[in-house]
Amino acid sequence: MIYIVLGFAFWAAGWVLNVRLANGPSGDVRSVRIAIPLIFGLTILVVWEFFVLGFEINPVFLPRPSDIMIRMSQELPRLWADFVQTIIKGALTGYIIGGLAAFGVAILADRSEFLTRGVLPVGSFMAALPIVGIAPIFVKWFGSDWESKAAVVAVMVFFPILVNAVAGLRDTTAMQRDLMRTYGAGYWPTLFKLRLPAARPFIFNGLKIATTLALIGAIVAEFFGSPTVGMGFRISTSFGQLALDMVWAEIVVAALAGSACYGLVTLLERWMTFWHPSNR
Amino acid sequence: MYERPKLQSLTPSTTPTQDADGLSPLVIRASNLDLTFQTNDGPVHALKDVNLEVNKGDFVSFIGPSGCGKTTFLRCIAGLETPTSGALSVNGMTPDDARRARAYGYVFQAAGLYPWRTIGGNIRLPLEIMGFSKAEMGERIKRVLNLVDLEGFEKKFPWQLSGGMQQRASIARALAFDADILLMDEPFGALDEIVRDHLNEQLLQLWARTEKTIAFVTHSIPEAVYLSTKIVVMSPRPGRISDVIESSLPRDRPLSIRDSAEFIAIANRVRDGLHAGHGQG
Amino acid sequence: MKSFFPVVTVVAAVLLIWIIAVVPMNMHLTADQAQRDGLAVSPDTPIARQDFSGLGLAVRNSHLIPLTYVNVRPRLPSPHQIAIELYDTVIDKKITSKRSLVYHGWVTLAPTLLGFAIGTLLGIMLAVGIVFSRVMDRSVMPWAIVSQTIPILALAPMIIVVMGAAGIQGILPKAVIAAYLSFFPVVVGMVKGLRSPEGMQLDLLRTYHSSNSQGFWKLRLPASTPYLFASLKIGISASLIGTIVAELPTGAKAGFGARMLVGDQYGQPILSWAALFAAAITAAALVGIIGMIERGTLRQMGMKPA
Repeated sequence: MIYIVLGFAFWAAGWVLNVRLANGPSGDVRSVRIAIPLIFGLTILVVWEFFVLGFEINPVFLPRPSDIMIRMSQELPRLWADFVQTIIKGALTGYIIGGLAAFGVAILADRSEFLTRGVLPVGSFMAALPIVGIAPIFVKWFGSDWESKAAVVAVMVFFPILVNAVAGLRDTTAMQRDLMRTYGAGYWPTLFKLRLPAARPFIFNGLKIATTLALIGAIVAEFFGSPTVGMGFRISTSFGQLALDMVWAEIVVAALAGSACYGLVTLLERWMTFWHPSNR
Repeated sequence: MYERPKLQSLTPSTTPTQDADGLSPLVIRASNLDLTFQTNDGPVHALKDVNLEVNKGDFVSFIGPSGCGKTTFLRCIAGLETPTSGALSVNGMTPDDARRARAYGYVFQAAGLYPWRTIGGNIRLPLEIMGFSKAEMGERIKRVLNLVDLEGFEKKFPWQLSGGMQQRASIARALAFDADILLMDEPFGALDEIVRDHLNEQLLQLWARTEKTIAFVTHSIPEAVYLSTKIVVMSPRPGRISDVIESSLPRDRPLSIRDSAEFIAIANRVRDGLHAGHGQG
Repeated sequence: MKSFFPVVTVVAAVLLIWIIAVVPMNMHLTADQAQRDGLAVSPDTPIARQDFSGLGLAVRNSHLIPLTYVNVRPRLPSPHQIAIELYDTVIDKKITSKRSLVYHGWVTLAPTLLGFAIGTLLGIMLAVGIVFSRVMDRSVMPWAIVSQTIPILALAPMIIVVMGAAGIQGILPKAVIAAYLSFFPVVVGMVKGLRSPEGMQLDLLRTYHSSNSQGFWKLRLPASTPYLFASLKIGISASLIGTIVAELPTGAKAGFGARMLVGDQYGQPILSWAALFAAAITAAALVGIIGMIERGTLRQMGMKPA
C-alpha cells in the first residue's frame, strides 16, 4: 500500500518539478530542455517500480525496472552476442545492401524522365506494404542464419531510400540546371556537382526512416527461424520460458540501439547538410 | 513544349565576323529571329522578326515590360532556348556551339549560389567543370573576388552574405573563366536602390577594365541609360524591338551624369519607345 | 494521368522479371519431381544436379521449363498461381469458411481499424495537449520523437501473450498494438500541423483579439489537416503491419499473419504468398481510401496536400 502512495507522490513531485522548470525563467536553456524529458522518463520508471510492488503485479506479466536492470547486468555477454548477430550482421548488412541498391536504381531511373515517373509511385506503394511478411519466404531461400535477415532488411529499406533519392535528385530548380548548361556541363558533371549535393537532405530523410525499418526487419525476421542467437530469437524463446525480464532486457537493448543508430544518422546528416535551412 | 528545328548560322567559321568597315567585330548577330512557344493555352509569339547587331566591347541593355521577350532573347543568345526561325550567331558560331565553347558567362536574376559550397567553392564550380588546373583556379578566384570587391569572403557561405554581396559573387563566378561575353538577366532587380547604384558603378568599372561585351536585361530606365552604349527597347505581344538607341554619353560616366540633360533626353526617348510599344500591345 | 504509362511500364517490367525468375528458382524442385514422375531429366541424380545452378539445369532440360510454372510447392510461385489461389480463397469460398481469405482478412482488419481509430483519437488529444501546455511539450514530445526510432514492432507478439495470460484475448490485444503503432506518428504529425500556421497568420488573429480556443478551431485545426492525413496514412500501414506481426509467432489461428505461418509450416507456400499479397492489397486499399478521403476533404477546404 505504501508503495502505491509513494508512487503517486513521486509522480506528483516529478510533475511539479517539470512544470516549474518548463515555465520558469530558464525554460529555454539547453540543459533544462534535456533535463525535463529525462525527469519525466525517470518518474515513469520509479512509478512503474512502485506500482508493480504496490499492486503486487505478478513479475511474469510485468517485471520491475530493477529486475530488468539486474538481469541485464547478469546477461551482458549474451546480450552482446545477440546484438552482434541481429544488428551488426543482420540489420547493418541489409541496410548497406538495400541502400546501395536503392541508390543505384535511383541514378538509373534518373536518366529517364519516363522511368522516374514510373518508379516514384510504384516505390511509394511498395514502401507501404507489409514487407515483413517476406521473412518466412526468405528464411526458406537463404537459410536461417543472418543472411536471410539481411535480405529482409535490404528489401524493407530499399523502397523508402529509393523514393527519397529519386525525389531528391529531381529537386533542383530550372535556374540551377540552366547554370550548368551555360557551363556546357554534361550529365555526369551536373549529377555530381549539383544534383547529388542537392539531393542530400532527401536521401538522409530516407536513411533515417530506413534505420528504424532495418531494426524491425532484423528482429521480426528472427521470429521465423534463427540459430540460437539473436535478439528476435531471444525474445521469442524467453517468452516461452516466461522470463519476461530477459525479454524486456532485449527490448531495452533494441531501444538503445535504435536511438543510437538514428542519432548517428542525424549527426551525419547535420554534418553533410549543414547548409540546409532546417539545420542553420 | 515547343518544336526545336535546326538553326542555321550566318557564317560557319569560328572567327568573329567583321562588319562593313572592318572595325569592331560583330559578337552577336540576329537576323529575322522568331520564337513561338507552344503552350497549353495556345501558341505564344515570344519573339518576332528580331534584328540586331552587337559589336565587341558594346554594353547593350534590353528594356521593356513583362512579356516583351527580352529574357527570351538573352536565353537564345545563351543557347538555352532555340528560335523557331531566323538566324542567330554568337562569335560567328551557333549559340549552342558558343555555349559549348564556353563563350559567355551568365548572371541570373537570383544569385543561385550553391549553399553547400563556400563563395570560393562556388566560383570554382565552372572552373572545375572546364578543367582548369588547381593553381590556376586559385589564382582566378582571387582575381575575380578582387574585381567585385569581395576579397576575404572566399571561405564564407552564401547565406552568410547579404543579397547584394551574393549577387556580386554570382557576377564574379561569371567572370572567372574569362569569357568574352557577359549575359546578365536583371541581376540587380531584387536589391535596394543604394546597393543598386553602387553595383551599377562597379559594373561599369569592371566593364572598362575587362573590355567585355555585355548584354544586360533590365526593367529600369535609369539603369539602362546609365550603363549602356546601346539601348534596345522592346515591346510585348508579339515580342519585338521597337527602338534601338545608340547612346551619346561618354564611356566614362560618374553617377552624377544621371542629372544631365543628355541623359534625360535619352531616357525620354526610351520612355517614348516603351509607351509606343505599350499602345500597340 | 501522365504517370499512367510510366507506372504501367515499371510494373510490367517487374512482372516480366518475376516470370523469368520462376524458371531458375523452381528448376531443382521441378527436376526432382519430374524424375519421380518418370520423366527424363539430365543429369539424372539429385546429387549430380546439385552441381548445377537453376539456370544451368533449365538449359539442359528445356522440356521441364513449363513445369516450373505449375509446381505445387514452388520456391517462387508464378504470378498466375498466386492469382488463382487468391481467386479461389477470396471469391470461390464462402466468407464464413475458415479457408476464405476474406474471413482471415476480417480477423486482421477488425483490430487494425479499431486500434487505428483509438490511436488516432488519443494521438490527436495528446497533440493538442502538447501544443497548448509547455510542460507536456517539453516532457512528452521528446519521447514521442524518440519512440519512432525504437523497433516497437518487435514487441507486438509479447503484448499479445502478456494480455492473453492476464485473460484478455480476442480483438483487444491486437487493437492495443495497432493503437500504439498509429499513436506516435499521429502525435508527431498533428503537433507539426497544429504548429504550422505562420507567425503572420497567428498575429492576424491576435489583432482580432481572438481567444486560444477560437484560434484553435479557426486556424490551427484546419491548417493541420494535410499533416494529419499524411500521418494517418503512415499510421494505418503501421497498424496493419503491427496486427499481422502480432499474429505471427503466437500460434494464432486466423488472420493474414496466421495464414502466412500456416502455409509455411504445412508446406503450402502458395498459401503464404497469397496471404502476403492479400495483406499487401489490403494495405494499399486502406492507404488509398484515406487518400481519397484526404483529397475530398482538402478539396472542400480548398487546400493542397502537405
